[in-house]
Amino acid sequence: MSGPAIEVSDLRKSYGSVDAVRGLSFSVERGEVFGLLGPNGAGKTTTVEILEGYRSRTGGDVRVLGHDPATRDRRLQERVGIVLQGSGFYPRLTVHEAVAHMSRAYPSPRDPDETVRLVGLEDKSDVRSNKLSGGQRRRLDLALALVGDPELVFLDEPTTGFDPAARRGAWEVVRTLRDLGKTVLLTTHYLDEAQALADRVAIVKDGAMVASGPPGELAPSSSGYRVSYLSGGERVEHQTGDPTDLLHRLTGDALARGERLEGLEVARPTLEEVYLELTTEVDG
Amino acid sequence: MSPLALAWSQFRLERKLFWRNPSAAFFSFLLPLTLLLLFASVFAGDEDQLNVIVPGIAGLSVMATTFNAMAFNLTFLREQGILKRLRGTPIPASSYFAGFLGNAVANAFVQVALIVVIGHVLYDVSWPRDWLALVVFTTAGVVAFGSLGIALSHAIPNFDSAAAYVNAIFLPVMFVSGVFYDSDYLPDGLSAVAEALPLKHVVDGLHGAIVTGAGVLDHAGALAVVALWAGAGLVLAVRGFRWE
Repeated sequence: MSGPAIEVSDLRKSYGSVDAVRGLSFSVERGEVFGLLGPNGAGKTTTVEILEGYRSRTGGDVRVLGHDPATRDRRLQERVGIVLQGSGFYPRLTVHEAVAHMSRAYPSPRDPDETVRLVGLEDKSDVRSNKLSGGQRRRLDLALALVGDPELVFLDEPTTGFDPAARRGAWEVVRTLRDLGKTVLLTTHYLDEAQALADRVAIVKDGAMVASGPPGELAPSSSGYRVSYLSGGERVEHQTGDPTDLLHRLTGDALARGERLEGLEVARPTLEEVYLELTTEVDG
Repeated sequence: MSPLALAWSQFRLERKLFWRNPSAAFFSFLLPLTLLLLFASVFAGDEDQLNVIVPGIAGLSVMATTFNAMAFNLTFLREQGILKRLRGTPIPASSYFAGFLGNAVANAFVQVALIVVIGHVLYDVSWPRDWLALVVFTTAGVVAFGSLGIALSHAIPNFDSAAAYVNAIFLPVMFVSGVFYDSDYLPDGLSAVAEALPLKHVVDGLHGAIVTGAGVLDHAGALAVVALWAGAGLVLAVRGFRWE
């Protein structure tokens, strides 16, 4: 199979007069962990639910593993695993029973016991899902999404409500997925999560993309780089979108004056700074 | 797995879940049996009364195992996001519903069978005189009440209020439909209401099947009313269906 795992072009979704998604385009390569970032209400979940086949689209084109998800083709659903936000379990079914039941729906499932181990729930295998903690329920979510051995996994806010240890555990699972060659589409509003896991991210705001690229290389649109140096014991800081030009001027001036720029530093904007710059409304 | 095998797998899961849920098992299984034992013991020896109560409670249990169970279960499955999760898997909707509905159908038939056996063994009510009519009216009741229960679940806003919605319908319908007494004794106004609703006609059909030997053709009018409700129920159940 060739071609990207997911292709989205000019995706639009309106609810009545509200435009939830306004012309979104991106693609996710096979084997890639792709992060969809954005504030609440940015259209992340709407976008993912269109890709999962839950919602229809108003316009644009979408391909998931070569299929149009709107057709709800069973052959596509057999190759995809979905972790939704807040979807429940049969309360009186044990972890193992739930995973084993779901495995029967897939043509070549992963072994249920192995799947339970993969998400670290082997100690809870015979515990009913209504006796699990929040983090354990999320891991069961993950197990149910993985038991079909999918090529593509959708993770919608997979670690919301996790304690730090459980988050690290979930991150390990995502890394394991990547090592297994799976494609992962992750939505999150945790920037450290995107930074830690995603090969590439797209930042979405008000239903449109505002930036995309590897999390460490996202180019800020304006004064994102910080250039600072010491002058008379005080740190002087400049912000610029073009550090090359600024450095040339600063160092040129200093050399002309026969001085050194003590403590010169150039700091790349962090993902968090880029994110906040791109998604925060500027008042006034 | 084939869609048929998946339906079977879902059916077995539903059976397991049913017995693991004590309150559901009680309300849709033990409650009608308890009512049968209570009322039949009060009227023990009164053949006329027993001949009303046994088919009456058989009809009641058809409604409880389908209408009540569908409305409760679907509200719960929807609120918990379990339906939405299933929607995202390759389990065909037809397989899922075959298993899910099959569970309710099995409950209804097992209940009717138990009531017939208890009625005969403990209270000397005759064995059904027309088995075909027994099966036909049980089936018609299952389809009508099951689909109406699904349709009702679309209108129930959350699981906490499900009991109020279900009982607001179930209890009055039960009382006007001649479950515990001969509906001929109803005042005209209530009688007209009962005639318009399906339960009385299911009970009449079962009464004919068990007690008098009146067959399907003798109760064609009753069957037609139940079939009309079943048709309306199916349209509403399918039209308003939501996975989340």
